[in-house]
Amino acid sequence: MSIDVLLQQIVNGLVVGSVYALVALGYTMVYGILQLINFAHGEIVMIGGPTSVFATKWLLSMGRPSLLALLIAILVAMVVCAVVGVAIERVAYRPLRNAPRLAPLITAIGVSILLQQLAILVFGRNYFTFPELISRDPITIGVVTVTMNEIVILLASVALMAALLWLVHNTKIGTAMRATAENQKVAGLMGIDVNKIIAITFAIGSGLGAIAGVMVASNYGQAHYYMGFMLGLKAFTAAVMGGIGNLWGAMVGGLILGLVENVGLIFVRGDYKDIFAFVVLVLVLIFRPQGLIGERVAERA
Amino acid sequence: MADMLFTAEGVTKRFGGVTALDNVSMQIPRGSIFGLIGPNGAGKTTFFNTLTGLYQVDEGKFLFDGKPLNVKAPHEVAQVGIARTFQNIRLFGEMTVLENVMVGRHVRTKAGAFGAIFRTPSARREEAEIEQRAHELLAYIDLSKRAGDKSRTLAYGEQRRLEIARALATDPKMVALDEPAAGMNATETVTLRTLIERIANDGTTVMLIEHDMRLVMNVCQHIVVLDYGKKIADGTPSQIQKDPAVIKAYLGGAHAEVGAKA
Amino acid sequence: MAKLMQLKQDKRTQMVWFVALGVLILILPFLAGMLGQAWVRILNVTLLYVMLALGLNVVVGVAGLLDLGYVAFYAVGAYTWSLLASAHFNLHYPFWVLLPLGACLAALAGLMLGAPVLKLRGDYLAIVTLGFGEIVRILMNNFDKVGLPWSDETYNITNGPRGITGIDGLNLFGLDLRKGLDVSGFNVSGFNVSGLQLYYFVFLAFAILSVIGVYRLQHSRLGRAWQALREDEIAAKAMGINTRNIKLAAFGFGALTGGLAGGLFASMQGFVSPESFGLLESIMILAMVVLGGMGHIPGVILGAVLLSAMPEVIRYAADENVQQKIFGVVLIAPEVLRNLIFSLALILIMLFKPQGLWPSPEKK
Repeated sequence: MSIDVLLQQIVNGLVVGSVYALVALGYTMVYGILQLINFAHGEIVMIGGPTSVFATKWLLSMGRPSLLALLIAILVAMVVCAVVGVAIERVAYRPLRNAPRLAPLITAIGVSILLQQLAILVFGRNYFTFPELISRDPITIGVVTVTMNEIVILLASVALMAALLWLVHNTKIGTAMRATAENQKVAGLMGIDVNKIIAITFAIGSGLGAIAGVMVASNYGQAHYYMGFMLGLKAFTAAVMGGIGNLWGAMVGGLILGLVENVGLIFVRGDYKDIFAFVVLVLVLIFRPQGLIGERVAERA
Repeated sequence: MADMLFTAEGVTKRFGGVTALDNVSMQIPRGSIFGLIGPNGAGKTTFFNTLTGLYQVDEGKFLFDGKPLNVKAPHEVAQVGIARTFQNIRLFGEMTVLENVMVGRHVRTKAGAFGAIFRTPSARREEAEIEQRAHELLAYIDLSKRAGDKSRTLAYGEQRRLEIARALATDPKMVALDEPAAGMNATETVTLRTLIERIANDGTTVMLIEHDMRLVMNVCQHIVVLDYGKKIADGTPSQIQKDPAVIKAYLGGAHAEVGAKA
Repeated sequence: MAKLMQLKQDKRTQMVWFVALGVLILILPFLAGMLGQAWVRILNVTLLYVMLALGLNVVVGVAGLLDLGYVAFYAVGAYTWSLLASAHFNLHYPFWVLLPLGACLAALAGLMLGAPVLKLRGDYLAIVTLGFGEIVRILMNNFDKVGLPWSDETYNITNGPRGITGIDGLNLFGLDLRKGLDVSGFNVSGFNVSGLQLYYFVFLAFAILSVIGVYRLQHSRLGRAWQALREDEIAAKAMGINTRNIKLAAFGFGALTGGLAGGLFASMQGFVSPESFGLLESIMILAMVVLGGMGHIPGVILGAVLLSAMPEVIRYAADENVQQKIFGVVLIAPEVLRNLIFSLALILIMLFKPQGLWPSPEKK
């Protein structure tokens, strides 16, 4: 194995990993507040893909400059996904907050299938090509080959994660979110509108997911109604591996998962790539049952 | 010297820099009712959790029934003969009252999956014994009428009593009650007191961890007081009531909540 | 006295319903056969789902351990049968070797997975089991070219995504179930029992045995320990229950049932491929348990029957011809419509019956 190959795979891993991380944040934020696996999050990310494709195509056909088209398309995708995310919480999860724990999980699965089918109805079963607004031509930097698209993905992810951390730790809304995650009842007594905070959490998580959806679509040049499934599964794996409920955990988990998958490709045939994520997950959890960064949940008498 | 069922010798437990238990020793005579009291944060719960295998001691040791108490996992505690109840009631809410007590027999019985599926004679016999014993215990705590109801439908005081019956079902030598009177009204507390005395009379040692001073003073033969992880007093109720260190701990400065119900 | 009479009356009506249900179950395959053998197959698959749901119910409903990869055990059973009773390796072992073997291998897989991960709390366990299910599926997909590090030679174990064909049917001491039974000799001219109808009765027997087994387990010392674990793990430990061991037992028993159902499935289908054992299948079985009523056997059976029959009935109702007749055009592709209705049903049932359609009664 040459060092060049390793470096190349590390770069590839960081790009994929940062997308995983963005999606994982959506899972972890919701879990942190509601202790609910939002199974439908992968489909929300998926919706971001085709939505941005249609938006950009329409804007380009109106003769808008490509960069502006892309930015507006991202905004449109974010708004659409945030609305979908908030609506799902309102309709499918909120009524079940005091129900047995598996009930909202089943509705989440139902919503996930529903969104996929709706996507087929609205967008169709085809692959949509995403216009090449940011160049996908390879650039060679030293021994490593990247595309402008990948560089933008990396930088944008870092910026978004930093912004999220700032929001959660330095704003009033962020404080309210943390308080709600800590103890809903007490947060409510302190005058926090818990329902509003939960809705905001879904909106932010879905918005980040939408951007991740656009990134994937633009990087691979296509979007598809099924693209949310594996991506969601991997991101969820990443969130758990990092320690679900913990923002840093989701980011670190996502990056590590991306790295492991891509570096692993040097050693193992590509067919087994998807196994990797899960094997690593099992290993991590055997040695650190609370996840890489998750807090230990002590048994309390 | 009386026959001691339980002895703690110089037990110390630290969490990081905090010494939660500092060289605590105590002895519990067999068949007695023993009280462990102290203000909030005195280390009662830590002591209890150490004793029941949730934490390991840093220094010191426990002796139980003449042998070193050496439990590595919480489930081994019931095996050696210590049963407990919980401060915040922990019943199996979706199971019936009878089933809750039957679960308590688990540790004294042994039928496995094979016996259950094929209903072997020995498994059937054991099951009948479990059920009979559970009915006896429900009669003991006067809850026979509610045997078939889900336990979460019980009234508060009834839930407390059921928890005690469930603990007794494990055939314990000592039953440790963690604030059993918390949240009870006066009538319920009287019923509880009678029950505790009856348990001790029937030969099971009772360790009572309590905030309700009146209950402790009335029912216990022997009391140990903890404060800031240290034992500050050890004696009969009348000795404890007069002890200046105890009065100071309960009335002085930081904790002024005499007999507060946590 | 009047009350006693009333009680007797109730008992009697109950008995009548019970007998009626029994008769219906016995003649069901023949009623379905009139509509076509495809419907008999649906019945058979439903019975397999009943077994699977009962097995998963022990894990999820009774012991409270969330398993999202349950179908992996089904796959182990199915592949055990397929590999050892087909032209693939030219092995043809009899059912009384293969069914127990498949079940035991599945249980072993369950224990091997369970041992390291059962200490994980709820949702962590869910994702690990999900991962395990995916690992098994991917291995099935890729074990058509297993290579050794020191040689270029590869071996075809599972035949990959193409799956295994030409699998032996269930041969009950000389009676090949697939061939059906010709009973025209008994003066009932033209009346034949088809292969699928024979399978129905075999599957029915296994399903009934599963019900009995799960019922007895649930009402035993072990079953109570499982429920205690589900309700409050800390209190269960304080009662002296070795939670680790009984978690393993639940996992093992669930896997055993899954493996058994898998072998039966392969023997009926004659063809298996990794496609039948995806995540969606695991989720479907979980939905049966939760939708029906966790931990309550009649509820779980109802859930299994409902969810395995519903898509088929919708498939029929959502047929293009039906849409053509009503709207004049095909508005929505039948497959999409079917999934839409199905997912909406999942959501609505959970919203209106969070405890499941038929939860265990409040009073016993």
